[in-house]
Amino acid sequence: MDNVYGLILKRIGLGILTLFAISIIFFMGVEALPGDLAEEILGQNALPETVAAFRKELKLDLPPHERYIAWLGDLMKGDMGKSLANGRPVADLVGWRFANTLFLAISAAVIAVPIAILLGIIAALYRNSLFDRIISMATLSTISFPEFFVAYILIALLSVQLIIFPSISNINAQMSFWEKIYAIVLPCLTLTLVVVAHMMRQTRAAIINILASPFIEMARLKGIQRTRVIVMHAFPNALSPVINVIALNLAYLVVGVVIVEVVFVYPGLGQLMVDSVSKRDIPVVQACGLIFASVYIGLNLTADVLSIISNPRLRNPR
Amino acid sequence: MSKLKELEQLLTNGKISRRDFIARVSALGLMAAVSPALLSTPAKAATPKKGGRFRMGLAGGSTTDSLDPGTLPDMVPQMANRQLRNSLVETNYKSEPIPELAESWDSSPDATKWTFKLRKGVEFHNGKTLDAEDVVWSINHHRGKDSKSAAKGIVDPIKDIKADGKDTVVFELTGGNADFPFIMSEYHLSMIPAGTKGADLEKGIGTGPYMLVSHEPGVRVFTKRNPNYWKEGRAHFDEIETIAISDVNARTNALKTGQIDAMNRCERKTFHLLKKMSELKTIVGNGTKHYTVPMITTIKPYDSNDARLALKYAVDREQIVKTVLRGLGTVGNDHPIGRNQRYYAADLPQRKYDPDKAKFYLKKAGLEGHVFNLHAADAAFGGAVDAAVIYKENAAKAGVNINVVKEPDDGYWSNVWMKKEWCMCFWSGRVTEDWMFATAYAADAGWNDTFWKHERFNKLLVEARAELDDAKRRELYFECQKIVSDEGATVVPMFAYDLTATGKNVMFENVAADWEMDGMRAPERWWFA
Repeated sequence: MDNVYGLILKRIGLGILTLFAISIIFFMGVEALPGDLAEEILGQNALPETVAAFRKELKLDLPPHERYIAWLGDLMKGDMGKSLANGRPVADLVGWRFANTLFLAISAAVIAVPIAILLGIIAALYRNSLFDRIISMATLSTISFPEFFVAYILIALLSVQLIIFPSISNINAQMSFWEKIYAIVLPCLTLTLVVVAHMMRQTRAAIINILASPFIEMARLKGIQRTRVIVMHAFPNALSPVINVIALNLAYLVVGVVIVEVVFVYPGLGQLMVDSVSKRDIPVVQACGLIFASVYIGLNLTADVLSIISNPRLRNPR
Repeated sequence: MSKLKELEQLLTNGKISRRDFIARVSALGLMAAVSPALLSTPAKAATPKKGGRFRMGLAGGSTTDSLDPGTLPDMVPQMANRQLRNSLVETNYKSEPIPELAESWDSSPDATKWTFKLRKGVEFHNGKTLDAEDVVWSINHHRGKDSKSAAKGIVDPIKDIKADGKDTVVFELTGGNADFPFIMSEYHLSMIPAGTKGADLEKGIGTGPYMLVSHEPGVRVFTKRNPNYWKEGRAHFDEIETIAISDVNARTNALKTGQIDAMNRCERKTFHLLKKMSELKTIVGNGTKHYTVPMITTIKPYDSNDARLALKYAVDREQIVKTVLRGLGTVGNDHPIGRNQRYYAADLPQRKYDPDKAKFYLKKAGLEGHVFNLHAADAAFGGAVDAAVIYKENAAKAGVNINVVKEPDDGYWSNVWMKKEWCMCFWSGRVTEDWMFATAYAADAGWNDTFWKHERFNKLLVEARAELDDAKRRELYFECQKIVSDEGATVVPMFAYDLTATGKNVMFENVAADWEMDGMRAPERWWFA
């Protein structure tokens, strides 16, 4: 197991370096956009003197590298700074939205991952049957439609026509856990439909790949049932690619759902980041960017570690 | 039946009286078709019911919003501000100034010195009594050389502001302004307790009908009725939830499924369907919102009035109103004054699409074959790019070559507007003629987006501003509108209606059209049936 710990340490070190690089890229990216916060907030109402006063107060008139170093210094002390637009601490703005984003992502994952794996195994079991084709076609169709389209269809059916679920998921702190769950049924379903296909196809392909190996033939020759061969012999050996694709999809559920947030009016991190970029609110953009990047790095690391643990050959290299 | 619908709309919006309505409907022989609810409104109005949580799903919220009266960039913070705070003056549904925190006002004969008497005994949410010092502080919040307020341009003509005792405030202006009380109704100029600044502004302390419970920028503003509210017959709801919903489909679905009680900025394409739904009410606001196409006169060839006239004659306004606005608007006459405004020049001939005249003026300007770049993005207004393309096609028939340059939405106001020679633009309009002209047409205005300098116009504008005689003023403003229309540098192809929809149980009468949502005052004026 030593090499696993070594890997984790090495990857965390590299991860921190990556985050540092990402913060520079984000900063330069927002700087490169035309206009700054003062102009964007005042919009059509901007006058040259009010823009200048705005810049002076928020220190936007300092050169970019000085502002970046000041921000980095504060971050090292654990202070994410304040939103330039409304003076609220970034930690307050980001905190509950990130919790909301995780809540939606986890809820969707809890539904999507087991369904995808189960469907994948069944599809591999009945490969090339009518059932296999129907599942593949259905899941590939839902992934091929744009998310907002799937969302609107679900709203039209389940919210406007049948009046079962709410069409907007504007959850707030006063709601109980079950009220929140009820409110997010439709976005959850949308995301499930969007991510299932990828994981399901990967599971199916990985198992089918393993099914060609000699040890599976051996198991068959011993007379073991097909279901048992697939679940007990093939699937554990197909875990590594499946884990990787699940990690990618989980990362997507956290960082890539801004359109679903907009359609369902869900107060997640994506909308905060989009608004902050369009208003050039750099401290908030940085915080969102670092969180998203950390999620990606963290999930990739977890996937790699789990892949190693699930594979005896990688676990004990010669 | 459409005539009936139109009359009903006029009645609901308070454009005609009940008596007029009945007379006109009877003339059509349609009395039996009129909904009884419509005619009983005034009787019910006497006793609006108290209670309930009023939920508004509004476009125009962002996670960067703040409650600082110096910013208030869009509808959600503006609506929150109007729930929390009052101004000195309110405008009613006829766009007349009525007393709010000021009980009365008076001016010197030349309209340069204005004295406002404050209402006594009005308390802020924190218990402090409003006095003249608070008013001075609130106005000075936008003034001065360090001001970063979006309203700085509005308060610039105030030379000095002084408290005279506890209940009187005296304004001295740089020039006479007969419309000054209207300026004091502007939403940025709402009253905050003296000394409030920075993060304290986010607490939303004011004298308004509702008190702030929570504000999550870009998500939701939640307020509760101010038990101590000083205005009588207002603030009927117990609680107000202002929810930011930027997607128009999400707003519409939420309204249809009863998750919200009212929405703004309905989709024009489907508005006729909303009107048919029996569980909803729709409101058409014919206000001052207009879309413009300003040309920068310091850049050739827009310095030539012949070139400008060629472009003004080269657009088919009727077609743009019909397609881009889906008929939910009216054609503009190349000046920014709306049909319902006091001094609207109704006798000024409407400029029409005239390819021959466009050709003539193009030739006169010596610009045959010139390519006019028209910069457009939907950030200017929804449908701006479509409007630009129609403009191009109309103009092509007159031999005027327009090249539509698609600009990014992002940063439109800082990089395109007032920078590129000819672009699409949006104005929400102003309640008074002077205010609109002084904001975007006067030579020294910060937002004079055409950099147009017309000596006679600027002289007339100052003259009209201080003129207290109504008939004379009307003449002066007629000429102002004529000059802007014939010699100005802005094409004003259309005025757009504000489209609002509510649930059936939301009650209102005489909806104001100066701003969206009953002049931003739906929370304090409306009630549940």
